[in-house]
Amino acid sequence: MSLLSVDRVTRRFGSLVAVNNVSMTVEPGELRAVIGPNGAGKTTFFNLISGFLQPTSGRILFDGQDITALLPARRVWRGIARTFQITEVFPELSVHENLRIAVEVAAGYRLRPWISRTARGEIEAEVRGIVEMGGLGAVQSRVVGELSHGDQRACEIMMALALKPRLLLLDEPTAGMGEQETYNTTQLIRRLHRDQKLSIVLIEHDMRVIFHLAERITVLTEGAVLAEGTPPEIAANAAVQAAYLGQAA
Amino acid sequence: MPRIDRRAADALIWLLLVAVPFWLPLVGSYVELGTHVVVYALAAMALNFLLGYTGVLSFGHAAYFGLGAYGAAMSIKYLYPSTPLGIVVGVVTGMVAAGIIGLLIVRLRGVYFAMCTIAFGQVFYFIAFQWRSATGGDDGVSAWHRVPLDLGFANLDIHGSARAFYYFVLAVFAVCVGAMAFLLRSPFGRTLVAIRENERRARFLGIPVDRHIWMSWVISCFFVSVAGALFALMNNFVDPRALRWDQSGNFVIMAVLGGMRSFWGPLIGAAIFLVLQDYISSHTENWMSFIGLFFVLIVLFFPRGVLGLVRRKAT
Repeated sequence: MSLLSVDRVTRRFGSLVAVNNVSMTVEPGELRAVIGPNGAGKTTFFNLISGFLQPTSGRILFDGQDITALLPARRVWRGIARTFQITEVFPELSVHENLRIAVEVAAGYRLRPWISRTARGEIEAEVRGIVEMGGLGAVQSRVVGELSHGDQRACEIMMALALKPRLLLLDEPTAGMGEQETYNTTQLIRRLHRDQKLSIVLIEHDMRVIFHLAERITVLTEGAVLAEGTPPEIAANAAVQAAYLGQAA
Repeated sequence: MPRIDRRAADALIWLLLVAVPFWLPLVGSYVELGTHVVVYALAAMALNFLLGYTGVLSFGHAAYFGLGAYGAAMSIKYLYPSTPLGIVVGVVTGMVAAGIIGLLIVRLRGVYFAMCTIAFGQVFYFIAFQWRSATGGDDGVSAWHRVPLDLGFANLDIHGSARAFYYFVLAVFAVCVGAMAFLLRSPFGRTLVAIRENERRARFLGIPVDRHIWMSWVISCFFVSVAGALFALMNNFVDPRALRWDQSGNFVIMAVLGGMRSFWGPLIGAAIFLVLQDYISSHTENWMSFIGLFFVLIVLFFPRGVLGLVRRKAT
């Protein structure tokens, strides 16, 4: 069974059709890239999957169950985590505190007015593991708002990961990053996918990142699916070249 | 700030509070002013639970403060002359109202939320003002007084002795403040800070934001109605001014003045506000202008409040 299946979803803003009758399925363990020119509706599409927006029509199934009407928090509980195009973290808290909140919420402690010593130890160990995995050890006690752009992005990705999602949505994870940061982030995403068998959907503009990571690519233009296939197929697709790659060159 | 410093600061504050009846008269003041400060500090700290730690501004906390006060006063006057019962009735009244109104406004944000809290607050003000037969209208609820506490083994004369009443208020304050500190240090408390820091991120971590804001609102209103009940007991009287909008404004001023990102900030703010009021109002009727000026200067130059300034100097 597909992990995520988006079924003929449309979203209108007034007379603008941002996402037009889009269908897509993501299999467990798949790494999918969504690409397309600016204004193609990629982020809106993400917002529909994560519950930030409601579709005008169509259905979204996650793990076989209809989640179309669920609030964002409930989708997170089902196992969908996301990052944003513009980094969303808790800027005045340290990296460690940011991640601890994510770990505690994921552990189901969000309503606990107290926490036992053992549970605190377990959470601490988990946070340490995530800090290490994200390569944030050197900055973990620093306030996130003061960190470099790349470290802030990494922190956000690790927060999403701390939720132990089954599907991770990454909205332009390498946007605004330098060479080295882009490389590190790409490696991180690859590791997560390979080691944890995590299903990932990512929006990306950097073609090297896409062709390096993605198993399948969905191309959106003007809110609709133009093509879908493996990276070589997409690279060879004449319509895609005309609409997207050709335009970029 | 290192942990050891914070503990030292906590200890110092508690020491000063416990010793108020001994040192306050020495500096030319009186114990009642100390009681006043502690009551308002509790209200301002309760407001700050919502404002400073959840990032939600309420301009209508006086309503729940006032309901606590009226609940206590009317319970003692009409129901049964017992101080603890009065407090319980006041707090339950305030909390029930806060719970219901919270449900109506919890989806609003920012200035819209603040405006609605004022509007609902004024509803309670006008009820107290107009409903003469029950609340005494503008004259308030008078001709009652707080009742000495019978502890079984001893009788605590909180009516006759200002000092005994101060310690009674301080004990209630300590329990409330301890509970707030405890909550803020818990996973639940951290979800509130998460909402303050970035609501969108909090939502997409799986925190049902509206529900948590509602809970924070009710908790905050709970403690502010405790303060209100104590306020009525302190004056042996309550009138509609206790729940008017300018009272809500005073709580906000105290919290911001002292520093809304620090736990003790509102206590400092309440102390400064009330001491200034006490001294300036004996010289001029326009004491509020001076407090306003002071407030504007603090907000302009030290947006983190007095305690924020002290902290920055320390580091």
